[in-house]
Amino acid sequence: MLTSIKTNHLTSSGQKLGMMYFRVAMVLFGAQLLMGLIAAIQFLYPGFLFELFDFSVARMVHINALVVWMLYAMIGSVYYMLSEETEHAGVAMGLGKLAFWVLTLAVTVVVLVYIFIQIGPGKESTIWLINEGREYLEAPRWADIGIVVVVLTFYWNVFATYMAGKKTGIMTVMVANLMALAGLYLAGMFFTDNISMDQYWWWWVIHLWVEATWEVFVGTLAAYALIKIIGARREVVEMWLWIEVLMLFGSGILGLGHHYFWIGTPEYWWEIGALFSALEPVPLIAMFVHVLYDWGKEQGGSGARETVKNNPAMAWLVTNAFGNFLGAGIWGFFHTLPQVNIYTHGTQFTAAHGHLAFFGAYATILVGMMYVGLQGAYGVKEMKSTFNSKMAIFLITFGVVGMTVALTIAGYEQVLVERAELGGGWNAFFTAQDLPWYIQAQLWRTIMGVVTLVGFVYLVIDLLTIGKKAQQAEA
Amino acid sequence: MAQENLSVWTSIPFWRRSAAWVTGFATILLIWLTFDTMGQISMGTDADLQQRVTKRVPAATVINYHIEYKMSEKRGHEVPVIGKKEPFFGKEWSPKEAAALLHLGKLTSQAKNCMNCHTLLGNGAYFAPDLTKAWLDPAWQKGGALQPMTGKSTVEEAMSEFLMHPSQYPTHARMMPDLKITADEAKGLVAFLKHMSSIDTNGFPRNFSKTVDQFKTGGTNAH
Ligand code: HEM
Ligand code: HEM
Ligand SMILES: [Fe+2]
Repeated sequence: MLTSIKTNHLTSSGQKLGMMYFRVAMVLFGAQLLMGLIAAIQFLYPGFLFELFDFSVARMVHINALVVWMLYAMIGSVYYMLSEETEHAGVAMGLGKLAFWVLTLAVTVVVLVYIFIQIGPGKESTIWLINEGREYLEAPRWADIGIVVVVLTFYWNVFATYMAGKKTGIMTVMVANLMALAGLYLAGMFFTDNISMDQYWWWWVIHLWVEATWEVFVGTLAAYALIKIIGARREVVEMWLWIEVLMLFGSGILGLGHHYFWIGTPEYWWEIGALFSALEPVPLIAMFVHVLYDWGKEQGGSGARETVKNNPAMAWLVTNAFGNFLGAGIWGFFHTLPQVNIYTHGTQFTAAHGHLAFFGAYATILVGMMYVGLQGAYGVKEMKSTFNSKMAIFLITFGVVGMTVALTIAGYEQVLVERAELGGGWNAFFTAQDLPWYIQAQLWRTIMGVVTLVGFVYLVIDLLTIGKKAQQAEA
Repeated sequence: MAQENLSVWTSIPFWRRSAAWVTGFATILLIWLTFDTMGQISMGTDADLQQRVTKRVPAATVINYHIEYKMSEKRGHEVPVIGKKEPFFGKEWSPKEAAALLHLGKLTSQAKNCMNCHTLLGNGAYFAPDLTKAWLDPAWQKGGALQPMTGKSTVEEAMSEFLMHPSQYPTHARMMPDLKITADEAKGLVAFLKHMSSIDTNGFPRNFSKTVDQFKTGGTNAH
């Protein structure tokens, strides 16, 4: 089935490799949603798969599949744009292909171990072989080392090709940012008995990924996609990109402080974290304005000329502009001041933000890149949205926004009852979990999760068929 | 536009240079703050505990002391207060033994994946109660709901019994699964939890003592 996505119109081996990464990304995305649904059902029916496939296992696979499919789609996107930006066929692509298979094999083994072995005894060997038990970074140490080796190979492909080819502003940002992104992973690769120290470095990986390097990555992809899809002018796009880098790193790096309010770290992080993370929405507004402004300009300026060359990709890109701003900017700002965060920290409110932010900022643009890839793979000049494309984007977005609203209500109830009224603790927690508002919210989250899954099915069907349809339309 | 350079505001080199400076400055400030924080959150020593030197993260031997969470007028929120010595599993642990026990406990917490149901210091999953101050939770103290359920008479014994056979002691329809935790691992986990409760978390969870006060005056939050 997967091979039905044709790549025979692509001449560059980097672009073919990019398409391979996209395929695995979609498989993992599907796994992510199924695991999320299992975990959501367990909130409502705690007996579901109890002591067989517990919440902790479902959730671990849910968030790991999330991170890994996004990394796959990110690597795929870079391989895809590499030869076009550098105007160079690519250095050592054979090695890159080997790395792809090694990584995919390793991911398969890790997931099978998560699912079938799940946990181990309290020994070093568990951390090396089964799972590391640190949210998002559960991958056992052997896999960590494997990931580093594969990522170095990938980086060599990108860096050597960049050095050998044309050096556009977009690729300069990409090469520098990828180095930071890969390097940060090392901060999560050690064990300590000190839980405060543990979480201090854990956040270096998590926060400095999603609120600094991944955001810059998205800015770079958006720049590339705007040029490609609507023919935006490179000078304008690249200038915006540098401004975005300035604002994203300027606020996001020290915004890290918003995770250091309560983990044993000193009080000065209250001020630093509040100040800089409160500025984090600013670049997201800028990115939003940038995408919509360019879109409007290219649409309006040229009269009858059809300017959007890839409708589904553009639709996902615009959803990205909205989603990044809402999920990260607005939902992030809601709980980023310490005065608020002391009550919301570790409630369903955090989960509401996590869902809308990861979806809005990353899932959207990466799906958009897959459509860009398909357009190249089938060699079509114009890619029009099909019924399936529309159903996919509508249902997935509606589902995730619905889940976010439901979780926000659940979180609000927890903040008021568990935290403000009862002051936390075992009884306070379960009292709040049992109130009807909370249970109804969990029910709606599950229903909206099913809507998301249906949308995903449309998306897969669309990705597998849209290219052929577009080809036939042009023939 | 860039070639004509009518204004610095539309000049790519200007923005590129500014981006580099701002990023560099933020990175250096973060590294500097990290050095300061490392000093403040590295674990204290047994001597600190004996001399009553307050550390944000005390030594593992804090398991030999009574711990309370009390309102500090000066700081405006609750802080952990380390009190008199008390036996932990019926004995006093030497610095070496305590460190080994804490190590086993932290390792077990990762090996059993606690963080994908619970939160630790408020981070993790939201399926089960926060464990930051679980050691101090009134539900585990004498007269609380959880201690008599296990038939034990100290907090540490009650907690370790629960951890070994959680689904035998259901407190709620949502139960903790049996994670094949051995007796030694359970002891280690309780040491890990007791140690965590002694960390200065700037007042998180806020008003935790409200539950304690209610409990002490005979009230309970359940049902
Ligand atoms: C695309 C960007 C972002 C993504 C993907 C993202 C994702 C997440 C996730 C998954 C968590 C929960 C981590 C955990 O499991 O413990 C989290 C926590 C948090 N995020 Fe974001 N975030 C983004 C941007 C932002 C921004 C821009 C802000 C602030 C303006 C922000 C503020 C926060 C805060 C304060 C927390 C801590 C919540 C707590 O105390 O429980 N985030 N974020
Ligand atoms: C079928 C749809 C989905 C369902 C039913 C679902 C369900 C869940 C559940 C039950 C959790 C555990 C929350 C907890 O610990 O209480 C979770 C966590 C999470 N999910 Fe989903 N999910 C779905 C889709 C997604 C999507 C599309 C994304 C992002 C693109 C996502 C990102 C996350 C993240 C980042 C977390 C960790 C949140 C945190 O720690 O704050 N999920 N999800
Ligand atoms: Fe953050």
